[in-house]
Amino acid sequence: MSTVDITAVERPEVSSGRPWTTGRVVGIGVLALYALIAFFLIRMIVVNYDTEFVGRYLPRMLGGLWITIQLCTSAIVMGAVIAFPLALARTHTSRIIRGAAYGYVYFFRGTPLIAQAFLVYYGAGQFRPVLQDWGLWWFFRDAYNCALFTFTLNTAAYQAEILRGAIANVHKGQWEGAHALGLSKLITYVRVILPQAFITALRPYGNEIIFMIKGSAVASIITVFDLMGETKLAYSRSYDFQVYLWAAIMYLAMVEVLRRCWDKLEVRLTRHLKRSEE
Amino acid sequence: MKRPFENLREYPRWRKGELMKLLKLFCGAIIAAVLMTGAASAEMKKVRIGTEGAYPPFNSFDADKNLIGFDIDIAKALCEKMKADCTFVAQDWDGIIPALLANKYDAIIASMSITAEREKKVAFTNKYYNTPARFVAQKGSGITDTSPEALKGKVIGAQSSTTHSTYLEDIYKGVEIKLYGTQDEANLDLASGRTDLVLADSIVLLEWMKTKDGACCEFVGKDVTSEKHFGKGAGIALRKEDTELKAAMNKALAEIIADGTYEKINKKYFPFSIY
Amino acid sequence: MEELIGLLAWGKDGWGDELATGAWLTIRLALATLPFGLFLGFLLALARRSDEPELVAAANVFVTVFRGLPELLTILIIYIGLDLLINEVVQLFSGERWELSKFVSGMVALGIVNASFSSEVIMGALKAIPAGQVEAARAMGLSRFYTWLFIVLPQLIRHALPGLGNLWLLLLKETALISVIALDDLMRQTNIVVGATKEPFFFYAVTCFIYLFFALASSVVLGGAERWANRGQER
Repeated sequence: MSTVDITAVERPEVSSGRPWTTGRVVGIGVLALYALIAFFLIRMIVVNYDTEFVGRYLPRMLGGLWITIQLCTSAIVMGAVIAFPLALARTHTSRIIRGAAYGYVYFFRGTPLIAQAFLVYYGAGQFRPVLQDWGLWWFFRDAYNCALFTFTLNTAAYQAEILRGAIANVHKGQWEGAHALGLSKLITYVRVILPQAFITALRPYGNEIIFMIKGSAVASIITVFDLMGETKLAYSRSYDFQVYLWAAIMYLAMVEVLRRCWDKLEVRLTRHLKRSEE
Repeated sequence: MKRPFENLREYPRWRKGELMKLLKLFCGAIIAAVLMTGAASAEMKKVRIGTEGAYPPFNSFDADKNLIGFDIDIAKALCEKMKADCTFVAQDWDGIIPALLANKYDAIIASMSITAEREKKVAFTNKYYNTPARFVAQKGSGITDTSPEALKGKVIGAQSSTTHSTYLEDIYKGVEIKLYGTQDEANLDLASGRTDLVLADSIVLLEWMKTKDGACCEFVGKDVTSEKHFGKGAGIALRKEDTELKAAMNKALAEIIADGTYEKINKKYFPFSIY
Repeated sequence: MEELIGLLAWGKDGWGDELATGAWLTIRLALATLPFGLFLGFLLALARRSDEPELVAAANVFVTVFRGLPELLTILIIYIGLDLLINEVVQLFSGERWELSKFVSGMVALGIVNASFSSEVIMGALKAIPAGQVEAARAMGLSRFYTWLFIVLPQLIRHALPGLGNLWLLLLKETALISVIALDDLMRQTNIVVGATKEPFFFYAVTCFIYLFFALASSVVLGGAERWANRGQER
């Protein structure tokens, strides 16, 4: 027979590459879903793009972003100042001091930030005459101050717990070693214990800052025009869903930038603990 | 001593038949549920009404958490005329239009002013009442002129997403404006002195000033008018595509006005006509 | 003061029953969210530990987004956005309108956030289980499923409980944010009561103490659970 037997022709082997496991299919499926959602969202922004709208609300939202950053930074820094004595009080030998510190921490960690903010803001409004007598009304009159006050007390409670845990985590031998070297208690704290505690505390501290950024959105509910407040205002006038997307992007950017910086910082601060490259 | 995992192999397992049976039962239940919801929608006309519940005397909660007020009574009267089965949904003012658009309910009866800005998003029935806006301030504040120039340096409060807040934003540029989630909160801050003035509906403010906390304050200036901002009075907001419901609402509204039901409700709350 | 206590009375004149229904809804919401969040978190943890880079990327994107967004924003986006999305999709197939209840939207929003965090905890716990344990179980002839059920899961629970306990407390507090979509939880009921009584300090303080009580009760239960999970570890 002169014709070629078709069944006898061997087909070249197709390189199989990675196998299509369930996990891979699901992963690609979900990524495709993200792409689809992203496409719709971007389309929504492009289709509804309105120069007047953007010119009107974007600057205001950026202003709000600045307020959020200010609020968080001040609260974190002032909270840290309170947190340190608080952490020491938590391990104080006097039962009363220990109990009071514990009560404080438990209250602020056990109740929602939003309830605390309402309590401070409208509670202060109710006690205006008293506050005026004490000369404190000028402070509590302003919503921004009330938010700052609440956030500071709140983050102080969390930071105190982080610090306490980190200090307790330092090995007992470090105390004993310092003592054997004849270092005073204060010097031991400042030069031996705290530097080690800070390294342990670094990661939870970063988390706490991120929680503060996220939690600060609550300020919008007590009339502060932070990023969330401006977003809600813009939405209430335009009913355009994209303002929420802008806000989401801004918050995400803030948190991600912070997280990356924090990771870098951690690598740098713990470089002496790393073993040399193998 | 018994070894922990000796008998594992004997644990009961699903036999093939059983699994299929279970699967069928499950699918059957889902299909039945879907059919039932489908059937329910074909019954008597159901209208879900969104309202705020924090705007006395128009809509608010009593101590038993029932909705009460002028808006609620009007809504009930309308539903009776339309022979519709009405349910109420409470919704914060900030999100009251978005929730309507997202189909959380079918109509907003919550003293919403009919303005051109809102008409871009939703449809309105004819107005069912119309009252002017006014400023209030603490007694003895000495404020008489409420023009933007005269109020420079003052702090004005209003409820957010309202015609009043929009008006303040547009006209009172350079005056500090504070916006609140509810009218109650704006009033609280006026009483405590955080704000110098509040701009709101005159009837709502009048009602508040009758209470213990509102006794601090008094009207200042004249009625604030601006057709562009305050619109043509309060109407019922609906989704634009629900033209049938709009026609039914308008018809029912005309009927309760014609047969005196409206007047009765009006008298129950106010000694003067607010139509 | 007596007057204030009187405001907490049950029934027509007092607001005690309103606060109680709010508190009950808060508990229900948190309890309903928990299994949803845990299950999703578990899936996310498995995905993030998988060998397939696509699956890892998909899970990581999800976690990064929902860990970074303020809960308040997540709730609003889910409540408004998810509904719009579902309606768009449903409209393609039928003319019916579809509604996501506030409770379900709240549950989904809080569950997603909770899942993002719990995936971290579960991943950490999975890492803490020595690979030798699984290998030994397999060598004994246990099926994959039974290895999971009897070897991995009990240890997973033990390692993950403290972290998950923290997340539960976080969840309880986050339910308060649901009040922004007008779900009548404890926080919103309190707002309504304050609006009616004009006694903000007293009622917000009462509400704070109710939340504190929840936290206290939870930590008692969690403490018991941890003791139970660690019962094999006693020396």
